[in-house]
Amino acid sequence: MDTVNAIELKNICKYFGEVIANKDISLEVRKGEILSLLGENGSGKTTLMNMLAGIYFPDEGEIFVDGKEVKITCPADAFELGIGMIHQHFKLIETFTAAENIILGLPGAEIIKMNEVIDKINDLVNRYSFELDPTKKIYNMSVSEKQTVEIVKMLYRGANILILDEPTAVLTPQETDRLFDVLRNMRNDGKAIIIITHKLHEMLSLSDRVAVLRKGEYIRTVQTKDATELSLTEMMVGEKVTLDIGRKEPHDIVKRLEVKNLKCVDKNNVTTLDNVSFDVYGGEVLGIAGIAGSGQKELLEAIAGLQKVESGSIVYCGDNGEETELIGKNPLEIRNVGVALSFVPEDRLGMGLVANMDLADNVMLRSYREGKSSFVNRKDPRKKTEEIVDELKVVTPSISTPIRKLSGGNVQKVLVGREISNAPSVLMTAYAVRGLDINTSYTIYHLINEQKDHGTAVIYVGEDLDVLLELADRILVLCAGKVTGVVDARSVTKEQVGLMMTKHTEEVM
Amino acid sequence: MAAESLKKEPMVRIAKRSDISRRKAWFIRAVAILLALIVCGIFVYALTATNPIKVYAGMINGAIGTQRRTWNTLRDTMILLSVSLAITPAFKMRFWNIGAEGQILVGGIATAAVMRYMGDSVPTAVLFIVMIISSIIAGLVWGIIPAYFKAKYNTNETLFTLMMNYIATQLTAYFSIVWEAVKGSGTIGTINQKTKAGWISTSFMSNIFGSFNYSINVIIVLILTVAIYIYLSKTKQGYEIAVVGESENTARYAGINVKKVILRTMAISGALCGFTGFLLVSGSSHTISVNTAGGRGFTAIVVSWLAKFNPFVMALISFMLVFLDNGAVQIASEFGLNESAAEVITGVILFFLIGCEFFINYRVIFRGKHEEA
Amino acid sequence: MNIILIILKRIFTVTFIQKAVTQGIPMLFGASGEIMTERSGNLNLGIPGIMYMGGVGGLVGAFIYEQSVATPNGWIGVLCALIVSILFSLAGGLIYSILTITLRVNQNVSGLALTTFGVGFGNFLGGSLSRISGTAGQVSVYVTGMTFRTKIPFLSDHLGIVSDILFSYGFLTYLSIILAVFLTWFLFKTRRGLNLRAVGEDPAAADAAGINVIRYKYVATCTGSIISGLGGLYFVMEYLGGTWQNNGFGDRGWLAVALVILALWKPARAIWGSILFGGLYILFAYIPFGEAAQEIFKMLPYVVTIIVLVLSSVRNSKENQAPKSLGLSYFREDR
Repeated sequence: MDTVNAIELKNICKYFGEVIANKDISLEVRKGEILSLLGENGSGKTTLMNMLAGIYFPDEGEIFVDGKEVKITCPADAFELGIGMIHQHFKLIETFTAAENIILGLPGAEIIKMNEVIDKINDLVNRYSFELDPTKKIYNMSVSEKQTVEIVKMLYRGANILILDEPTAVLTPQETDRLFDVLRNMRNDGKAIIIITHKLHEMLSLSDRVAVLRKGEYIRTVQTKDATELSLTEMMVGEKVTLDIGRKEPHDIVKRLEVKNLKCVDKNNVTTLDNVSFDVYGGEVLGIAGIAGSGQKELLEAIAGLQKVESGSIVYCGDNGEETELIGKNPLEIRNVGVALSFVPEDRLGMGLVANMDLADNVMLRSYREGKSSFVNRKDPRKKTEEIVDELKVVTPSISTPIRKLSGGNVQKVLVGREISNAPSVLMTAYAVRGLDINTSYTIYHLINEQKDHGTAVIYVGEDLDVLLELADRILVLCAGKVTGVVDARSVTKEQVGLMMTKHTEEVM
Repeated sequence: MAAESLKKEPMVRIAKRSDISRRKAWFIRAVAILLALIVCGIFVYALTATNPIKVYAGMINGAIGTQRRTWNTLRDTMILLSVSLAITPAFKMRFWNIGAEGQILVGGIATAAVMRYMGDSVPTAVLFIVMIISSIIAGLVWGIIPAYFKAKYNTNETLFTLMMNYIATQLTAYFSIVWEAVKGSGTIGTINQKTKAGWISTSFMSNIFGSFNYSINVIIVLILTVAIYIYLSKTKQGYEIAVVGESENTARYAGINVKKVILRTMAISGALCGFTGFLLVSGSSHTISVNTAGGRGFTAIVVSWLAKFNPFVMALISFMLVFLDNGAVQIASEFGLNESAAEVITGVILFFLIGCEFFINYRVIFRGKHEEA
Repeated sequence: MNIILIILKRIFTVTFIQKAVTQGIPMLFGASGEIMTERSGNLNLGIPGIMYMGGVGGLVGAFIYEQSVATPNGWIGVLCALIVSILFSLAGGLIYSILTITLRVNQNVSGLALTTFGVGFGNFLGGSLSRISGTAGQVSVYVTGMTFRTKIPFLSDHLGIVSDILFSYGFLTYLSIILAVFLTWFLFKTRRGLNLRAVGEDPAAADAAGINVIRYKYVATCTGSIISGLGGLYFVMEYLGGTWQNNGFGDRGWLAVALVILALWKPARAIWGSILFGGLYILFAYIPFGEAAQEIFKMLPYVVTIIVLVLSSVRNSKENQAPKSLGLSYFREDR
């Protein structure tokens, strides 16, 4: 075994203002191994890796690459040392081709010989068995194609140390398997791979060792073969946790929404939702599974009155049996006909909230119109804000703090708190726990269970299939805008759902 | 900038300030103004070799040296403040209305037209009402055209409103010829010089301020200042403007009709610019030319931005800028400099003022500071 | 109908084309420079001011040279004018760059302040030069001005109408066209061009790819300013023949900014665009409806720009749009 470490970090510290992102972290990565960097959101994994990629510069501590001390002040330095990082949000230029993105920023002859570049890319693609068309524009690509471009981009630069930040968050189980095969090929090629993740089972199947961070501090590194899901979770959270979502049997279910033959097209005339039909019941959680961009966003926004619909119908069934057509109504009109529809959108600060406004002004976003006066009534919203802060234990200096200054988990608590405070009869959530730590995620799951128990119809769009299977009562699977199945969450397996996410199957009910 | 090519820790790093006390922020601004004045002093000294103290004394003299000059400074302050207030609702909505120049001009043309054609035939009260309404409508139309295309097709409003300025300029040039006082002069001359019909009185409250003052202008604009403050921070419409400005997606999510808010806000913004045109024509110049707006529409953007949309701070900044500008005009003529020297001085002061915002928003950390701390 | 025929007859003449070209060239320089700047993500509304600075810089350089020798050589005058013009434009570009890139001030605010300053600066120096020289009336650098107007030998007088239309201009005209073609090639065929476009599209992605975003922004903005400034120089030297007119350059700087849109951010397309704008700019003089109506016809270039603006926003395709990060400042450690 080669014992020279590819990377060695010694006593790394990083501060953002008063916030300590990384405190005294020491860590080593060996050649020819896959190291998982495990930690909750906000534990400083990404910050630490960004210092290897030259995005941030450490305030204290040393970095060694191949045994030599180095200073990495910019991404170009990192490339020179053979370090390549694939960020969670891809760093690709949408209007460029794959090949143009791959050679971006590289030294070389001033006049670009695109044919030679493409040949070289194809060599790499074949060697590690990727699938990629170098002349395709990024904006025409799927998420997994974009990820391939990012990986090839790093390999093209001769990266020997590859860092991947949450690479599987947007992939189907099948795509994940393919990615892992490629990563194993690279490990066997002698490359060092660091993978940032919080999906325990994936990490257990892929990595050789696991390093755990918690609240900016380094906890320990263990051999993967000696670890279990529970032992790792406890290292990560720092206390004993029960990983039980606590789903109850639904009771007193009534039909709330009836979606029929729904069709939507985007502005480029591409069909985003095709002949979608399903029912939603009060008192149960309907999970929606699908690859990112399969029409989940359009579906929720169509119900919320934010998306133009080509054809089809969405009927709301009230308690007294009256039926209301929601299509053609904007959010205000839906509210005005007495439908209590709450929506926790995927883009929290870009759609659900106003980043620069304070908590109270955000809480009144949906209700500021109340009253006949032309002046805003801020008294009641402030009271409601206090209640949300108390009940959900939102950590904030005051309710007059701009919401952008809160951590991701607290931002989501305010958003969910506001939506639930409207006593909804339908609650829609999109990726409600993305980026949240385990405790906050469970708070959200419990809130959803509570709503279901109250008879609310909950639509839960999720990306983590394990959670979907444990939280939802039924799961609707979308593939390229079509419903490929509505299944019973208690009996279906993850692999079955994964298959339905990628290709059409018989409807299982 | 950071020493990227060297393999060592960067010399200087920049970090966002989490919070800054008001006192510290104003201290930074005061230092910036002081530095700007020093640079301007050096500039004038280099050209004229005059004692810099004399230069500054000349500036103060030019701005508030006599009662007449003080009133002129106040009048110009009110005009600049009025434009700044006018563009602020649009600005807060992140709608870059740099077409205030044009909206002022069309408001001025409308005012001048009413003065010319109705000045002698209707009672004063009716005349003023018609003048005000027509100036407001003219500005409103000019503002709402780019807003319509912004709302409908997301057409870039910065360039659209900019182009509208020059169309308004040519319109003014057209009327300057149609209405010219002396054939071939291309200027309108003072309107209703004998009857003073449609002139805002400068002798209002003459028992307090002397026979020549602009009390009415000042009162109108100060009322406007308070009104805009209340509109933006206390009303539902003001709240909607803020939401649309921060994120159109959030606004749609909250059930706000984004297009309507864009149109309504630009209508208000354009209308107030048109009203400023009325103030300029009726309340100070009593004529109209292509130079009537005089770049105030552009300066107002800097004022509004520096004040972070706070109308009261805008009043302060407008006064300061006009003070410096009028002072600069005075020293330019006193020391035999070209009249454009005033613009150069204003420009330098603006650079310092807008540059200092960086030091209010960010902290600069020098190498090695952390080890000590 | 008859009127239209009369107008068309007046327009389809060699002099009209020549005048359109003459009017168009400053805008071509301005637009080429602004395209380089905008490709780095900076919307520089200070370009009109910078063009004044570049123009007066040329005048100052030539003036100092012509005053210092008894019999000035035109080409040395040209060299002096070029050097000082470039220095002045560079100063303008640096002010804008420091404010927007290093100090991260809002781009529109900085640009408008720079235009206020630059126009004042140009008028101030241009108006003061004659006072300094002690001569009555306007300052004049006749020898240098005439040298700027030197035409290409032979080609300019042996080919009949071809000479008149294509070869009757000074060297700056050809420089502007060569520059526009070269810059297009640079942007789309070279590595640095690719990197520059990446910076304008998505600076965070460019940064992660190892591109020095700050340096690219500085260099592109300053180079763009210098190129734009040459437009001011052209106006002062070739158009005015080496003198200064207060506010003489007028609003051509804003038209240059508008031309960027017409050219869809490709300098080569600005070549025909600039001639079109130049033609529209002087069309009023060919309209036989009297003086007042001419003022209305002077609106044409602005109206055309608005139409282009609206049409391109209606079309709304992925390609041929403004750089995506245009107008935004970039700060890596933002979080």
